[in-house]
Amino acid sequence: MHAALETRGLCKNFGALTVAEQIDFRLEAGARHALIGPNGAGKTTFINMLSGRFAPSSGQILLAGEDVTALGQVARVKRGLARTFQISMLFKNATVVDNVAFAVAERAGVAWRMLRPARAYREVVDESMALLETLGLTQDARLRVAELSYGKQRLVEIAIALGLRPRVLLLDEPAAGVPTSESQRILEVLDALPEEIAILIIEHDMDLVFRFATRITVLAQGKVLIAGTPAEIAADKEVHEIYLGERHA
Amino acid sequence: MKHAGGYIADSRIRAIEWLPWAFALLCYYAAPSYLSLGSYILTMILFALSLDLILGYGGIITLGHSAYFGTGAYVAGIVAVRLTGEPLVGLLAGALAAGVLGLVTGMIILRTRGLALLMLTLAITSVCFEVANKATSLTGGADGLGGFSLLPILGLFRFDMFGKTAYLYCLAILFASWWLVRKLVYSPFGASLTGVRENNLRMHAVGAPVYQRLVASYTISATLAGLAGALLTQTTQFVGLNALGFQLSGELIVMLVLGGVGRIYGAFVGPLVYLVLQDYLAKRFPEYWYFGIGAMLVLVVLFARGGILGIIDAGILRLRRKS
Repeated sequence: MHAALETRGLCKNFGALTVAEQIDFRLEAGARHALIGPNGAGKTTFINMLSGRFAPSSGQILLAGEDVTALGQVARVKRGLARTFQISMLFKNATVVDNVAFAVAERAGVAWRMLRPARAYREVVDESMALLETLGLTQDARLRVAELSYGKQRLVEIAIALGLRPRVLLLDEPAAGVPTSESQRILEVLDALPEEIAILIIEHDMDLVFRFATRITVLAQGKVLIAGTPAEIAADKEVHEIYLGERHA
Repeated sequence: MKHAGGYIADSRIRAIEWLPWAFALLCYYAAPSYLSLGSYILTMILFALSLDLILGYGGIITLGHSAYFGTGAYVAGIVAVRLTGEPLVGLLAGALAAGVLGLVTGMIILRTRGLALLMLTLAITSVCFEVANKATSLTGGADGLGGFSLLPILGLFRFDMFGKTAYLYCLAILFASWWLVRKLVYSPFGASLTGVRENNLRMHAVGAPVYQRLVASYTISATLAGLAGALLTQTTQFVGLNALGFQLSGELIVMLVLGGVGRIYGAFVGPLVYLVLQDYLAKRFPEYWYFGIGAMLVLVVLFARGGILGIIDAGILRLRRKS
């Protein structure tokens, strides 16, 4: 069985700076996998390569066994790979429901239509509203995204990705910058995501990581330090020194 | 009043949206001596509307939109001189030529963004300007192209010396174009353009073919600009190099910003106010009239970023809050 997402010997250099070095990585189907590591470890760069925003310097990326290294972002989305962003990357002046509908319309293949009003595409509107409902955002559907609290904006971020009906979902720090009162809500949403979606999450909040993930990969200086179950990672000395140690020092 | 499009926007035509058309018809009867100015205003409204589609909705900043306006204008003129005096043929040829130029140049320049894009749009206008300037046998060069006469539209409506036919002709073409632009703005395509304007990186990430979509909108916009240019040639029976100059592109942006960007009707209000004021000031203060235009623009940019329609919107909102 193919992994949902796999990399082989993935490298990325920006000039003389190496930000990813020989990364071999497997995301199994339906996985709850976390990617952790200190700041500057290359986590976001790794996600950017997976999603097709940056081309790797060398190595391969396989999506459900298919080599997608040479494919662009759009083609990978069509194959079921979606991502969220660390810094809110929303359509700030559009309504909440439009934010989701933009994604749904692309996936449903109606975004080129020019003659009927967008509102007449009930299936797009209904699906977007249904997604907002599962995330508890029904009340906010007609507001502009810029008017929402930061925590709710993070939920819209996830809703947009779900609108693409992904088989693989890359979450780049979904709870970053969110006050504790709202991060609980984000965890609930993550827990309720459909099981068949393989999820890779980057997160600094260790409580969230250890509650959510069943597998953890630790990245340091562009290399995979160790991969294993949460228990193995928590017991690993080296991880404590370079990463967890920082927190407990 | 704002026409933002999107998946929950009500796309039905509201009563107030008939106001510009009622006003235009009223002017036809009430101000017969101003019909040639009226035709010019209608033409510039169409030109501004074409810009609003890409600037207001797609977020493409351009200083070169006169390239397409001028192309439409020259092609309509050349058709009239060399092929046929049937206006609709010239009109379609002008629009088509501008559309093809929009497609080809759009495919090149829309790979860039920001300042680089702005420079490229300028470059395209400059190239078109020089081509028209040097190809004197075809375009008349610096002397311009004139001395052609047009047949009655569809063999029925003769262009008269009072400009009545010309005015209604412009009004009809503007109406058809407005209808199309309005459809586009409220369609899924229009919504996706808004998405590109709001966050083009995110649009990529949801799998949107951003580049193709921008090229498509640019082509449509160029076609409409060409239509406006062809109208100008036909209603004035002359086309000169200023139709291709980037000064015209600049003036166009000023008119659109004055009216309000990304609102459809900003493209109606801006050229109307700008050109009527220009006409008035040029008669009243022949030496200083540009000062009035400049002062007005400074005020709008400083205090009303949404243009004249933005001011009206804010006013209505305040009244509603009070009551």
